[in-house]
Amino acid sequence: MIDAHLPVLQIVIPLLTSPLCILVRANRRVMALVIATCWLVFAMSCRLLYLVSQQGAITYQLGGWPAPWGIEYRVDGLSALILLIVSGMGAIVITYAPTSVDREIPVEQQTLFYTLYLLSLTGLLGIVITGDLFNLFVFLEISSLSTYALISLGKHRRALVAAFQYLVMGTIGATFILIGIGLTYQITGGLNMADLASLLTQYTGDHATNRTVLVAFAFLSVGISLKMAVFPLHQWLPNAYTFAPSVVTAFLAATATKVSVYVLLRVTYTIFKPHFAFELMPLDVELMGLALIGILWSSTAAIFQQNLKRLLAFSSIAQIGYIVLGLSLASVGGVTASVLHIFNHALIKGGLFMATGCLALRLPSLDLKHLHGIGRRMPWTATAWAIGGLGLIGVPLTSGFVSKWYLIVSLLGTGTETNEWRLDHLAAVLVIGASLLAAIYVWRFVDVAFFREPTAEVEAATEAPLRMLLPTYFVIGLTLVFGVWPTLPTQLAAQAASAVIGSTH
Amino acid sequence: MRSFSILRVVAKLLIPYILLFAFYVQFHGDFGPGGGFQAGVIFAAGIVLYGLIFGLRAAQKVISVTLLEVMIPTGVLIYGGTGVICLLAGGNFLDYRVLDHHWGHGLVPHGQHLGIFLVELGVGITVSGVMIAIFYLFAARRQTS
Repeated sequence: MIDAHLPVLQIVIPLLTSPLCILVRANRRVMALVIATCWLVFAMSCRLLYLVSQQGAITYQLGGWPAPWGIEYRVDGLSALILLIVSGMGAIVITYAPTSVDREIPVEQQTLFYTLYLLSLTGLLGIVITGDLFNLFVFLEISSLSTYALISLGKHRRALVAAFQYLVMGTIGATFILIGIGLTYQITGGLNMADLASLLTQYTGDHATNRTVLVAFAFLSVGISLKMAVFPLHQWLPNAYTFAPSVVTAFLAATATKVSVYVLLRVTYTIFKPHFAFELMPLDVELMGLALIGILWSSTAAIFQQNLKRLLAFSSIAQIGYIVLGLSLASVGGVTASVLHIFNHALIKGGLFMATGCLALRLPSLDLKHLHGIGRRMPWTATAWAIGGLGLIGVPLTSGFVSKWYLIVSLLGTGTETNEWRLDHLAAVLVIGASLLAAIYVWRFVDVAFFREPTAEVEAATEAPLRMLLPTYFVIGLTLVFGVWPTLPTQLAAQAASAVIGSTH
Repeated sequence: MRSFSILRVVAKLLIPYILLFAFYVQFHGDFGPGGGFQAGVIFAAGIVLYGLIFGLRAAQKVISVTLLEVMIPTGVLIYGGTGVICLLAGGNFLDYRVLDHHWGHGLVPHGQHLGIFLVELGVGITVSGVMIAIFYLFAARRQTS
């Protein structure tokens, strides 16, 4: 019986636990409650993934109203995998959180922090699990609003400005998405994604001239790109990641933009179909172009950053570029690479920001010039960071290598037998070139941490507590495990890609 | 604004009716226009008017900040709890059909009616709580600056 209700329990349990937290109020108890809930949610998403791989897509009708009239939750290979990533990272980060939260967030706001964290998780999971386009918007707002508040909890006063900046940009993005949904509803009268897909076929065929549909598609893709922080719509991201509390940054970097990528996959592949999005509309060339510029520009910008969190934030924008690049290929290989990179980058960047959080626990500033010699005082933390950095570059034996490999193979594989020069091939070259840029910015930290004499501030620092190191090493360890033994994530990603591409034929 | 006798008298006359109207919109919402959201806003409007005329402190004596902090999550819990009860009764989440019962015939709502009644009650409590909280926050801000 539990199995049948899993899709809704996945959302309802964290959604109802968060108001309970407000009623409980005592920080320690709220913390325990939230950690337990996150792990429960993770267990449920594991079970869902297992069920989906056994029996195919699972649907759940809310209130017993059948789709397309009622709201339907739908879990297929893709959504099950993203659910697993989001809930898994959510659970690990919150287990790591308490020590860091004690230092960075005032005692009277800690209950609110845990509540917001759970709400944000609920919103992200809801976006992934729902099969209804308007419901997706509602969950998007739940996660966005709680995220703005989470960012504003940062210690530095500029956290407020960063949160406000993100609020303005995020609201514009959400409004665009809502306008897109509204226009689609106006023309088809449907909101259920599967239903929309069949209703839209008459407008998205070879003679697509219906302006409402074109405009709806434009609004949706721009709105989602803003949420995804695709270059040049990424302006909100560096400040938001830099000034948010360490725990929040680790959670957001591992989950939030990834979920927006999922939304783009759903809209282009499931609802509007690749034929319309990529052949009639030039979304593939646009996304590929922007992804490439984004990768090069942000990787270069990352090299010149003085603050460690800011450096990683710019690197995140570049990594979104890789994910979008795979998505823009409109092939099973490309989407597999994209989903695989979502998985691997969630681990790598999550791990890196967790290691950075360990540094923030012991040091007053994360500017590189204040980190001289930190590798000698906090060897475990700095080593974790360095291993994560290797993953970011894409060194073999780390999971970053596997997803870049898949990406390059599918970029080269799209060429036909004729030896014509294609943008894809240029892209493959640029991806390799950008990895060198990544090597430079990762090296900057390694150089500062291990090859400089410790300053007085650093001399006073001690190794981070085991409570934070263990989760960090768990995540960093996973990037190595999946680098050496990539079978599991690759299979899951392939299953996800075939679920989303298969539904288009 | 307590010194303006016209304002004071009119407010005292109006506030009971505003609150009463809020309850009407709340409980009649399943037959006519209205529902939890509108009722919550109207109820909050009554408190806001009281706060505007008699001051923030007087309003907070009627509905304290602690009460608000209980109201806001409780409404959500009533809404979600209704769904969970439906789950436990063997239906899907928020499937009110399983709430059918046969006692209190004609007086106590049942089935779909009972479900929507409870859900709207939750919405009303949370919305009025949030509206009043927003007012309190802005009003307090003005006093401190």
